[in-house]
Amino acid sequence: MVVGESKPIEEILSMVADFNKILLTGCKGCVTVCNAGGQKEVGILASALKIARKKEGREIEIDEITLERQCDPEYIDQLEDPIAKNGYDAVVSMACSVGPQYIAKHYEDMLVFPALNTTFIGGSLEHGVWAEFCQACGACGIHNFGALCPIARCAKSLLNGPCGGSAGGKCEISQETDCVWHLIYERMSRLGQLDKMANVVMFKDWTSSRDGGPRKIVREDLKQ
Amino acid sequence: MRLSYPSNVKVINVPCTGRVDILHLLKAIEDGADGVYVAGCLEGDCHYLTGNLKAKKRVAYVKKVLEDIGMEPERVEMYNLSAAQGTRFAEIAREFTERILDLGPSPVGSEAKSGGEAA
Ligand code: SF4
Ligand code: SF4
Repeated sequence: MVVGESKPIEEILSMVADFNKILLTGCKGCVTVCNAGGQKEVGILASALKIARKKEGREIEIDEITLERQCDPEYIDQLEDPIAKNGYDAVVSMACSVGPQYIAKHYEDMLVFPALNTTFIGGSLEHGVWAEFCQACGACGIHNFGALCPIARCAKSLLNGPCGGSAGGKCEISQETDCVWHLIYERMSRLGQLDKMANVVMFKDWTSSRDGGPRKIVREDLKQ
Repeated sequence: MRLSYPSNVKVINVPCTGRVDILHLLKAIEDGADGVYVAGCLEGDCHYLTGNLKAKKRVAYVKKVLEDIGMEPERVEMYNLSAAQGTRFAEIAREFTERILDLGPSPVGSEAKSGGEAA
């Protein structure tokens, strides 16, 4: 999933400082699963913003709508009615940053703000802990590395590791960070494929990644 | 045991403090409560195992939110006591009321006044 986390409340407060009525909109997709921008988090942020503004003696009106997803136009359409009827000063999106961009595209005259920092593609390690697992390089090669991704999970994105900083299974950047190359070694060893680690993995063609510019997938079989 | 505790404390019963949500605490503050505390069972004594520990974390979260928006985090608190400690219940109610009196009225203001929660 796409993993995100709330921006600091102070930052969101300053974004909406000039407004008296906003729409706060959540997403039931990834950001609900990572407890960052679902219906519940929308309620909590709305309440925190209202408390902060009441405290200043400048109340703010906040409507809350959590969409099925914010990364599909048909769900963004569902904001048409409330936006047309309620005269919001701005929309604040708690989806990953795809959401606010979709809202901005659809509602050309509306000010739109992101409430989350979209952080990485990853998964949960335990309840309340998430980690990065993929960098969306566009040409997955994890089969070369025991199905573990050194691009996303090695601090240097080494394709031939480990570096000299690997110690006791940890990466030299922090004791908190596993050295993925240590994990790759252990896994290859368990699979009896250590000999494969002697193969040099050649340079990666990064044009499939961000280096090739913004990416797009067109599926003629699905397009209408 | 007929113990008296300050009448400004409004008790809201929940089956277990694990039911107390971040939003419940925030809404109390949003609606003008000067303070809100959660009275849970002693740690390790939760009938549902970890309800009071979850409540403790949620109280800590709300404290952080209040701090972030420039409000006194002491307006929200977690207390632990057993169902047999009636005297302690009254004592906590007085203790917290005194703390709130020291802090003064909530800058959020409203008719609703300091609330408490017990489970
Ligand atoms: S190799 Fe590329 S696509 Fe595969 S997991 Fe790593 S970053 Fe993601
Ligand atoms: S210690 Fe391991 S994870 Fe860290 S940079 Fe070196 S090879 Fe990569």
